[in-house]
Amino acid sequence: MTSDSIDIINAFALLTNFVILPALSYGSQLALGALAVTLVYSVLRFSNFAQGDSMAFGTMIVILLTGFMISRGWTISGIPTALLVIPIAIVFTSMYLLTMDRLIYRHYRKIKAKSITIVMSSIGVMFVTGGIVRFVLGATAQKFEDGERFIFSVREFKAYTGLEQGIAFKTSQFLTITIAFLLVAFVFYFLQKTKTGKAMRAYSDNKELALLSGIDPDKMVQITWLLVAALTTIAGALYGLDKGFRTSTISFITLTNFCLCHCRRYWLSNWGNCRCFLSCIF
Amino acid sequence: MAYLEGKNLVASYGVVPILHECSVEVEKGELAVIVGPNGAGKSTVMRVLLGMLEATSGSVTLDGKDISMLSTQDRISHGLAFVPQTKNVFPSMTVEENLQMGGFIRQDDINKTIEEVYALFPILYDKRKQLAEQLSGGQRQQVAFGRAMMTKPSIMLLDEPTAGVSPIVMDEIFSNILDVRNAGMAVLMVEQNAQQALNIADKGYVLVSGRNEHTGTGKELINNPEVRKKFLGG
Repeated sequence: MTSDSIDIINAFALLTNFVILPALSYGSQLALGALAVTLVYSVLRFSNFAQGDSMAFGTMIVILLTGFMISRGWTISGIPTALLVIPIAIVFTSMYLLTMDRLIYRHYRKIKAKSITIVMSSIGVMFVTGGIVRFVLGATAQKFEDGERFIFSVREFKAYTGLEQGIAFKTSQFLTITIAFLLVAFVFYFLQKTKTGKAMRAYSDNKELALLSGIDPDKMVQITWLLVAALTTIAGALYGLDKGFRTSTISFITLTNFCLCHCRRYWLSNWGNCRCFLSCIF
Repeated sequence: MAYLEGKNLVASYGVVPILHECSVEVEKGELAVIVGPNGAGKSTVMRVLLGMLEATSGSVTLDGKDISMLSTQDRISHGLAFVPQTKNVFPSMTVEENLQMGGFIRQDDINKTIEEVYALFPILYDKRKQLAEQLSGGQRQQVAFGRAMMTKPSIMLLDEPTAGVSPIVMDEIFSNILDVRNAGMAVLMVEQNAQQALNIADKGYVLVSGRNEHTGTGKELINNPEVRKKFLGG
């Protein structure tokens, strides 16, 4: 091999290590949050400003449960404990979101409030949720990562390939990208193929006609919040694993999620979710 | 007692009274038409029959059973079906998905009913993978019909099925409605095209300011000089 082609490969390794892999995992975390925002916007017809803080709430539960599990020694070597507690955290986050819906959003749906009213009330929910998280965890940074740090490190990569530039592949990156891909595929399948998913799209398309077809609006709203809770908790946990957790940072994710939600108009179309996912990554 | 009966219905939007003791009824295998000037409360009658608007007084009975207290969804599962005037399809879903959503509340196999709808409207079979928003007005009306038929209703309520379509499509839609009636269903529709609608109707109601002004068979109403003068343009 000429030194030129070696240079190109080295450059590619450098780019992968510092740009492509971090961007892919960050994009995946955002994509999940954006998908949650999109779901709320499409089904409930308002921009949910509390999304970032709901993510913080989900992550908070994950952090608390992880601490509990580690203190009891209930861990599996090699796997981050945070992943194991995600299902339980989703249950808690669902309960929280459903309670908020009961207490606040349902009222505005009932009186057929303008979208902007609900958006403003979601800002209220944002402050309350952020307050709860800061009250429980404080404002300092939290690390809750354990288990294997790297799939392969820079040194291992260099030793294996003999290149000058190395690539490190963190476990958290691998998990983030894989889980995000699987989740997006699941949501896509759910909305396109299952009866409940189609009913959700129908409800989003035309509420009155959905009612006339015997689709229960309350059930659609609940399912939306459950999906949102799952996406939110997973996104928050993955983000926290990858970058550490800090309440103020994670709240700002709302804005990033919104930027990505210009894709929302595609979400019902066949390739919508894939496009959403791809454009989020790049 | 008629199959579907709305008796002495009184209803209002907020403080604005719309219906004053208005009554309509329709038998199985019969086509009843409600005509009347704008703002007479024609669509409101439908909304009350469907439970989308609560009546202040009066009763709605289906097959002798009082359904006044039931929710819209429960009335749908009792055999009522409704095709609204506008927004009567799910635009970003395919024709087939529209039909599947129509049969949402059914627990049994709905594929046979979908086949029946395709048999009635062959064009929908060709377009089954297309989004409803890409169809023409007449085709979309057929999707709306098909969606409503998916619950295997015993009575169809139609709100101005021919609004905004060309005369040729209008004839087509009326012939579809007659097919549905001939299949033994009860059909109640609100129509702007009073002349054509009364021509094919078994029974007609002329509604003025929320009251029954004239009632009779379609022929009777067409031949009634007062109705002709006021509503059919001489």
